[in-house]
Amino acid sequence: MTQAASMQKLETGIPGFDLIAEGGLPARRATLIAGTAGSAKTVFATQFLIAGINEENEAGVFVTFEDSPEDIRKNMAGFGWEIGNWEAKGKWAFVDAAPEPDSESATLLVGQYDLGALLARIEYAVQKVDAKRVSLDSLNALFVKYPDRAILRAELFRIVASLKKLGVTVVFTGERDDDYGATTRFGIEEFVADNAVILRNVLINERRRRTVEILKFRGAPHQRGEYPFTITNGEGIIVIPLSGIELTQSSSTVRIPSGIPELDELAGGGFFRDSIILLSGATGTGKTLMTTQFLAGGIAAGERCLLFAFEESREQLFRNAAAWGVDFEGMERDKKLKVVNQYPHAMALEDTFVQMRATIEEFKPNRVAVDSLSSLERVSSVRAFREFVMSLTSFLKREETAGLFTSTTESLMGGGSVTEKHISTLTDTIILLRYVEAYGEMRRGITVLKMRGSQHAHDIREYVIDSQGMHIKEPFRHVSGILSGQTSLAPWAADIGGGPSAAES
Amino acid sequence: MARMTRVVFKLYIAGSTPRSQGAVANLRRLGEERLSGNYELIVIDVKENPQVAEAERILATPTLVKESPLPLRRVTGDLSDQEMVWLGLAIPKFNDEEDES
Repeated sequence: MTQAASMQKLETGIPGFDLIAEGGLPARRATLIAGTAGSAKTVFATQFLIAGINEENEAGVFVTFEDSPEDIRKNMAGFGWEIGNWEAKGKWAFVDAAPEPDSESATLLVGQYDLGALLARIEYAVQKVDAKRVSLDSLNALFVKYPDRAILRAELFRIVASLKKLGVTVVFTGERDDDYGATTRFGIEEFVADNAVILRNVLINERRRRTVEILKFRGAPHQRGEYPFTITNGEGIIVIPLSGIELTQSSSTVRIPSGIPELDELAGGGFFRDSIILLSGATGTGKTLMTTQFLAGGIAAGERCLLFAFEESREQLFRNAAAWGVDFEGMERDKKLKVVNQYPHAMALEDTFVQMRATIEEFKPNRVAVDSLSSLERVSSVRAFREFVMSLTSFLKREETAGLFTSTTESLMGGGSVTEKHISTLTDTIILLRYVEAYGEMRRGITVLKMRGSQHAHDIREYVIDSQGMHIKEPFRHVSGILSGQTSLAPWAADIGGGPSAAES
Repeated sequence: MARMTRVVFKLYIAGSTPRSQGAVANLRRLGEERLSGNYELIVIDVKENPQVAEAERILATPTLVKESPLPLRRVTGDLSDQEMVWLGLAIPKFNDEEDES
C-alpha cells in the first residue's frame, strides 16, 4: 500500500487525462497506448510531449516508425502545434525510424541481430535535449520490418529498460484490430509495458464515440472504465472526466433567489448557490418562463447569467421574455446576460460539452440555464447523455455556479421524463410542473420534489401564468394523484369548498 | 584482376559484442573468398557515433552497407549465411566471374 502511495506520477498535461489517471502516468515507466486505426494514438503520443514542453518545460523525443518527421510536423500543425519551433529551441527531437521512401534500400536479414542502433539513437537524442519524455509511434512498423518476434520482444525490453534508467517516462503506441478485442495485434507490446491505456473509436447510434480507458497501471491507482474524449483543433485530446472524481468540494450554504418569491418560500429560502436544479414539466407548463425568471432574478441580484437554448430561436426567446416584462436585449447589452443558441444535432455531445465549458469559462456566469436537456438527450445514447450531465454538473459545481436544467415530460399529465430518470440522482433539487385536471379544468401545479441539504415545502401548489410571469398560489387540497397523472377529487371536496359549486354559490 | 572494382563496405555495430565480432569475421571471410581481398571495410560503432546512425537511418545492428559500387545494398544480421549475404549485396557479376576463372 505504501508502495502504491509512493509511486510517483508524471502529469501528462493532457486535459482531463490526469484526473482519470489520478495524477498522471507513472513516472519513469513505459505506458502502452493501444488503439485501432484512427483512434488518435499519434495525437496522444504527440500531445504527451507537447504538454510536457508547455506545462512542465520538459523536453521530449519523438521516435517515429511510420510517418516521416515532415509528415508529423505537417499533420500536427492542424492542432496549432508548431513542432519545428520546439525543435529549434532544443525542446523536441525526432528519431526518424520511418521506412525510407526508396524500396532499393530494403534490408535483407541474415542471421542474428539486435536493435542496438535504434537504442543508441534514442539515447543520443534523449541526452541531446535532456528529454524527460519519449514517445514511440508506432511499434507496429517494427513488427513488419523485423518479423522475428523473440528478438523484437527482447529488444523492446532492452530499449524500455535503458530508457527507464535514463529517467524518462515512455509512451509507445500499438495497433489493435478490434475496439473490444485483444489488446494489440501482435500481443507483444503489452508485455513490454508497465501500463496500458486503450483508445477507442466506436460507432454508436450513427455517431462516433471516442473513449479512453486505463487498462492497467502496475502498482499505481487509477480510475476504471471508459471515459469519453474529444479532439479539438486548438487543444488536441480533451478527456471528459466524470463527476465522481471531482465532487469533493463542499456544498455552499449561501442561498440565491429563484426569481419567483413564492418559489423561494417553497424551497426554504431560495436555491443554494452551487446547486443543480432540474425543472421537469410537460410542454406548455412554463419551463421556459421559469428559466427566464431564474435568469432575470439573478441579474436583479447583480449576478451574471448564461443561457444555453437548444429549442427555441433567439428571436422567439427574446420576444417571449419581453412579453413577460424581461428585457433580454438590454441585459445582453449590459453584459449581464449571454444567450447561446445551438442546434443539438450539430455536434457530438462531448463536443457540445467542451464548447459549453469554454463559454462558461470565458463568460464566468453565476447562473447557467440549459433549456432543454431533453433536446440533447434525443441526439445521444443514454450513457453519453449521463456522462454529459455528470461532466456539466461537476464542472458547474467546481465553478460555484448555479445550474437550472429543464426537462420535458412525454405525457401531459403526470409521469416522469426519460431525462429525469437518467439524471435525477445527479441533481440537488427537482421541481415538477404538472397539469392538474380538476373540476373540468386544466390547472397547473408546482412542487419541490427534492432539495438536497434543506427543508422544503411538500405540498403541490397551484400556479397561474399572466403577463407578469408565474404566480404560485394555494396548495391543491382536495386533489390527489397529481404526480401520477391519475387525479381524483376527494369525495368531500365539494362540501368543503374550493370547487366550482363553492365558486358558483 | 586489375580491372576489378574495389568494394567498399560499412559495417555498423553496437559495441564490441560476440555478435559484432562474428559479423566482422564473416565479412572478412567473404571478402577473402569471393573478392580476393579487394575490398575496404569501415567499421562504425553506433554507440560512439549515434549521429552517424541517425544520418544513415540505421536501426538494427550489425548492419552491413555496400557503399560502392552502386547500387547501395543493406544486409542486417551476423552475416552467418555467406551465400545469402552474397546474393543480397548484388556485387556486379564480372568480379565474380573473373575471380573464378
